[in-house]
Amino acid sequence: MKSLRRVTGLLLLLLALASPLRAAENLSIFDPVSPSGSAIRHVFVLVLAITGGIFVLVEGILIYSLVMFRRRGTPDGTEPPQVYGSLPIEIAWTVGPALVVFVLVLIMIRTELEVQVDPNRPPPGSRPLYVTVKGHQWWWEYIYERNDGKKLELITANELHVPASDAKTPRPVYLTLLSVDVCHSFWVPRLAGKTDLIPGRTNHMWFQTDQPGTYLGQCAEYCGTQHANMLLRVIVDTPAAFERWLADEMKDAVDNPAVRKQRDVFLAQSCVNCHRIRGTPAKGTFGPDLTHLMSRETLASGMVPNTRANLRQWIRDPQKIKPGCLMPDMKLSENEVDQVLDYLLTLR
Amino acid sequence: MSGNTLADHLAIPYPNIGMAIVEKQPETSAPSATPLTAVLHDWLTTVDHKKIGIMYILMALLFLVLAGVQALIMRCQLWWAGNDIVGPDTFNQMFTMHGTTMVFFAGMPILAGIANYVVPLQLGARDMAFPRLNALGLWATLLGGLLTYFSFIAGSPPAIGWFAYAPLTQRNFNMGPGVDYWILGLLVTGIGSVTGAINLVVTVVCLRAPGMYLRRLPLYTWMAFWANLQILAVLPPLTAALIMLLFDRTFGTHFFKPDSGGSAYLWQHLFWFFGHPEVYVLILPAFGMISEIIPVFSRKVIFGYEFVALSTVAIAFIAFGVWAHHMFTVGMPRALDMYFSAASLLIAIPTGVKIFNWLATMWGGKLWLASPMLFVVGFMSMFVLGGLTGIMLAVAPIDFQVSDTYFVVGHFHWVLIGGTLFGVFAALHFWYPKATGRMLNERLARWQFWLLLIGFFLTFGPMHISGMLGMPRRIFTYPADRGWEFWNQLSTIGALIQAPSYLIFVWNVLWSLKHGDIAGDDPWNAWTLEWATTSPPPSYNFETIPTVQSRRPLWDQKHPEDPDWKHEE
Repeated sequence: MKSLRRVTGLLLLLLALASPLRAAENLSIFDPVSPSGSAIRHVFVLVLAITGGIFVLVEGILIYSLVMFRRRGTPDGTEPPQVYGSLPIEIAWTVGPALVVFVLVLIMIRTELEVQVDPNRPPPGSRPLYVTVKGHQWWWEYIYERNDGKKLELITANELHVPASDAKTPRPVYLTLLSVDVCHSFWVPRLAGKTDLIPGRTNHMWFQTDQPGTYLGQCAEYCGTQHANMLLRVIVDTPAAFERWLADEMKDAVDNPAVRKQRDVFLAQSCVNCHRIRGTPAKGTFGPDLTHLMSRETLASGMVPNTRANLRQWIRDPQKIKPGCLMPDMKLSENEVDQVLDYLLTLR
Repeated sequence: MSGNTLADHLAIPYPNIGMAIVEKQPETSAPSATPLTAVLHDWLTTVDHKKIGIMYILMALLFLVLAGVQALIMRCQLWWAGNDIVGPDTFNQMFTMHGTTMVFFAGMPILAGIANYVVPLQLGARDMAFPRLNALGLWATLLGGLLTYFSFIAGSPPAIGWFAYAPLTQRNFNMGPGVDYWILGLLVTGIGSVTGAINLVVTVVCLRAPGMYLRRLPLYTWMAFWANLQILAVLPPLTAALIMLLFDRTFGTHFFKPDSGGSAYLWQHLFWFFGHPEVYVLILPAFGMISEIIPVFSRKVIFGYEFVALSTVAIAFIAFGVWAHHMFTVGMPRALDMYFSAASLLIAIPTGVKIFNWLATMWGGKLWLASPMLFVVGFMSMFVLGGLTGIMLAVAPIDFQVSDTYFVVGHFHWVLIGGTLFGVFAALHFWYPKATGRMLNERLARWQFWLLLIGFFLTFGPMHISGMLGMPRRIFTYPADRGWEFWNQLSTIGALIQAPSYLIFVWNVLWSLKHGDIAGDDPWNAWTLEWATTSPPPSYNFETIPTVQSRRPLWDQKHPEDPDWKHEE
């Protein structure tokens, strides 16, 4: 175990050294913040060490043979002794790898049991959060089902807020994965391995972390034109911050009298066929829920920061930012764009 | 001898043999006098396994270059984060066509071509068992390729990935005809693959020279035999799935439409039931080439023939039970994860046995590092790495992280280029003198080898790292803040280093045709039957069908004092 830790350390050091690498964002599978991520890193490092040993052995013999047995000069016409084989040697190098495989199978089973857990049996004393994730071409819909036993049925999009565990209370997050169109895959490397969202199937995954922060990932199953920009943001809040966020999010949309005229412009457009704003007649379900649009950091499934300029561009013509995305250019007049923008900017 | 009469009995019914002997005369006496149209007519209508083999290889090289260009376009697009050399749709079409082309129109045909050329010669046969069927196989394969590429003209090529996961392939997600041409192209190519496989299997079973019992088969022929048995087993399920998909798109059936009762998950099982054995279809023949070349260039008999041969059978059988290791992230029950993971790990055992036997063959030999052996050494060092990352990927929990990332892209290119392609280049350098009567230029071969090796290492090595840093596959661009740019740029530089190596090979093939050293019948002082006839062999291959007494008939001839058959009892 000690040597294993040393190998881990060495690997991490190497990865750290190779740092033109030191990027703003960290998505490394070797830097997990969750139990399942750590279990996978552990098994990965172990298998790396085993296969590394095999590699050195095989390449060593190969290089040794090339140096020692390379024919130099012209052939003298004689052939080396012909060795046809040896049963004991064959048995040895069949049994050897078989033993290695046996060990690997045991390791695999142990990790599999650690990583794949039953979502209906959270650890005793924990306060689990259940969220249904629906994959859409090319954005994420989140339906908060239950938090710590309380029913929520809260719908939001693209940025997943979850609570961090603290020393006393584990806060596992159980995701139910569905797709409304094609296959997608939910992958935030530092939180957990990926699991696919397959239309017609219900999948599950889970993670849990005690480190608040923003964790990035993206769709990992090819899903069409904008697969590359189906980005994921998971924001792990402290338990208190999460409760605050949840309480805000549960409210209907802000009804600011100052922008009532602008709101009516929005409601008069076909925006409402696809988008929902709770507390208004906008009840579309095809696009992301906009009830608390301005509480999100990014637009277009994590592509661009949620600034006034980007939002305006998005309303004017989303195809400029995300070519091929399913929201069409609505051909609003500049005036209408500004009014819709003014209204949306109030949706905190 | 009864063996003789059996072979004669089997050889006589083929109408082409008598004709071939007659045709052969003008060909050698005055080739320059033959007008171009006659030459073309001869090649287009030939049923000679050698000409068909060569045409398979030329077709494969053409498609290899096309797929290579597509790869370069992708690599250039990924040079910068947020690059826009090509748009998302074009990029998605490129990786779809690249994968499809490499597997169906470059990989399988080049292996079919080499097998077509070499297997009958190694067996001491006059041709394949069904020469006309053989020609059908070639032209069907080519037609399939052209049909698939016709999608470029007919609208737009498919953008579904070579794995074509449902339901993205349905008409509501992909309206254009690209997917239909893709389906039809693969169906037609499938006809070529299956008829070719039937032909090869029957040839090996029925047309062996007298005395060549199955246990005396040259290892290349043995492994090509098993790869073709696998084609016979797994191409029909693919064909069935493709027809179901075609029906979904054309006649409104619902096989893969989840919203009307079909199953997207079913497609994945059907596809990978074909798709995983397909990997062994592509690698087993390369194992065979390696098993043929290492002994000759180490000047030693293969170590543990029976174990090398039986490990092939083991791989071929286990290969049918591991397909869902491509699907560890689809949410299978834990028990299935564990089964497929353990079964996949099992493959490491027979593969390890092969590698150890190859090393033991080299051990104590007199290694002659001519170009074929150089590529074999490249194979040995690189394939091992691909195999070892394969062990990592066989462990299901590791897959949860690196599946569908660039780690996987690095891994399978390491297997298919480090393994299959290096093996194929070794084989082409090994058998080119037999097919043309001229040697390939060694200097050019060395340039090709080193550019390929370095370029290959640089292209696919960094992909493992970008994958572990969270980069998924099949993305046309990526955000700048992820730290992936550096690794992608290394990959692109590697691709640019690799590219000229293929051109050098093409140049070497053309140049040596006229200017290469005269090869003679047996330039490598080798031991299997193909070296017992002239280079190039006459259309009837052998004047008299040879009789063999051991696995190395030419060794017996060259060393009557210590023949192999004494050691094989």
